[in-house]
Amino acid sequence: MTAALAIRDLNKNFGALPVARDIRLELPKGARHALIGPNGAGKTTLVNLITGVLRPSAGAILLDGDDITALPQAARTRRGIARTFQINQLFRGLTVLENVYLAVAERMGASPRFWRPAGAERAVIDQAFAQLEALRLADDALKLVRELPYGRQRLVEIAIALAQHPRVLLLDEPAAGVPSSESHLILDVIARLDEEIAILIIEHDMDVVFRFASRITVLVAGAVLTEGTPQEIRADARVRAVYLGEEFPHG
Amino acid sequence: MAATDTPVTVVPAATDARTRAVAFMARRHRFRIWEAVPWLLAVAAYFLFPDRMQFGSQVLLMVLFALSLDLILGFAGIVSLGHAAFFGLGAYTAALLTLRGGWEEQISGLAVSAAVAAIAGAGSGWLLLRYRGLTLLVLTLSTTIMLQELGNTLKDLTGGYDGLPGLTYKPLLGRFDYDLYGHVAYLYALAVLFVLFMLVRMIVHSPFGQTLAGIRENVARMHAIGSPVHRRLVVVYTIAAALAGVAGALFTQTNQYVTLGVFDFDNSAGVMVMLILGGTGRLYGAFIGAVIYMVLQDYVSKLKFTFWGLDVDGPQYWQFAVGLLLVLTVLFARRGLLGLLEDAGKLFAREHRP
Repeated sequence: MTAALAIRDLNKNFGALPVARDIRLELPKGARHALIGPNGAGKTTLVNLITGVLRPSAGAILLDGDDITALPQAARTRRGIARTFQINQLFRGLTVLENVYLAVAERMGASPRFWRPAGAERAVIDQAFAQLEALRLADDALKLVRELPYGRQRLVEIAIALAQHPRVLLLDEPAAGVPSSESHLILDVIARLDEEIAILIIEHDMDVVFRFASRITVLVAGAVLTEGTPQEIRADARVRAVYLGEEFPHG
Repeated sequence: MAATDTPVTVVPAATDARTRAVAFMARRHRFRIWEAVPWLLAVAAYFLFPDRMQFGSQVLLMVLFALSLDLILGFAGIVSLGHAAFFGLGAYTAALLTLRGGWEEQISGLAVSAAVAAIAGAGSGWLLLRYRGLTLLVLTLSTTIMLQELGNTLKDLTGGYDGLPGLTYKPLLGRFDYDLYGHVAYLYALAVLFVLFMLVRMIVHSPFGQTLAGIRENVARMHAIGSPVHRRLVVVYTIAAALAGVAGALFTQTNQYVTLGVFDFDNSAGVMVMLILGGTGRLYGAFIGAVIYMVLQDYVSKLKFTFWGLDVDGPQYWQFAVGLLLVLTVLFARRGLLGLLEDAGKLFAREHRP
């Protein structure tokens, strides 16, 4: 079976600085894959390479077996790659509903229409609202995003990505910055995600990683240090060395 | 559904929220009563100031010009200091059509002017809208200056800074010729403004308009949800250019002359000041801002008095007045005068809530 997402010998240099070195990674359909590594390892850079924000210097990215390395960001999104951002990238001055509406309208091809009101696109509104209901955001639908607590804003991040109906979902530290009293809300949502979606999650909290992921890739200085099951990673002496002093692995 | 004995029906909270959400989206584009006010005032002005109608038509075409800038600046977040380019292209198209082409019919003249400005908008937009912020500001500014210089080089065609005076047009709809008092010009400008205003209103409330708000609010996220951002920006820039072109054509037709002054930096900057005064991203901000700017210019220019031994001579001081108003707006009413009115309205509504 072809992998949902396959990354082949991906390289990226910022000038003389290599930020991605011969990265290989495969996500089968429905994968629960975690990407861990110390700060500056190039985790977000890899997300940017996969989504097309950055162009690789060498290597290939395959989605369901099709080479998408040369495709622009919008085309990759239409083919089913969605992401969330480490730092919120939301439409802060718009309502929660409008935030998700934009993603749904783009997916359904309603966005270029200028001859009818946005409020008349019932199919778009219904789907956007259903997405909010699924993440228990329905009661916040008409609030402006900037008026929400940070934890709820993180949920809107995920709601927008899910509204794109992705086949591959890249979660860049979804619980980052969320107070621990609220982080379970986000982790519950992630645990309940559609099993068909292949997910790559970047996360620092090792509890979350070991609970969520069935495979883990460790990235150090732009290169894959090792990849394996949670048990293998937990037992790996090199990984321990990288994380020395960072309480790894937890319990 | 079986009827229940009790009059109280339990509606699940989510269904209730859904109803509110659908109603909210449906309400966004509904006409509000206050929207009639500027139009009623514009009609009232026709009867109240019968001898100022030529000036009135200039105010109305500047409202249209400011509206076209609002579409790109207020709604899509594109900053431009060269919007006069499209006003000027429209103005010269309308002039050259009658002068060189013998095409004296005005409404079709507006359409041709819109088309010329739109083509220029599409081309320059495709090139320039890869940039944002300060870079775009300078690029739009310099493009317009180059266009003006081009016009100056082609003096035979454009008349240079002396312009092309004494243009003639066919009566509107074959019946209404311009009169000395500008009555026809005023009603003509008002009708064109109304039609195009409603068009812009429709666009900003559409799904396309919603994507513009998305681009303004967070372009990185728009890319991430697969929006063809550059294409959307070029489309809205083209529409705005066409509208500015119509405003320029109205300028030429109602004045029956045109000079290269239409490309002046003052024209680009002036329209932005109007919009900021009135409030960006609100449609009617263009209305309020342009009216206040134009009326203030007209009023202060005629002032002549001595204040603390200082001889105030209008024409020199009107820019001071506008500058002062702009500073006050930026300091105390960041969302423009319309934003101030909105706040007052909310306050009023709160105090009168039972």
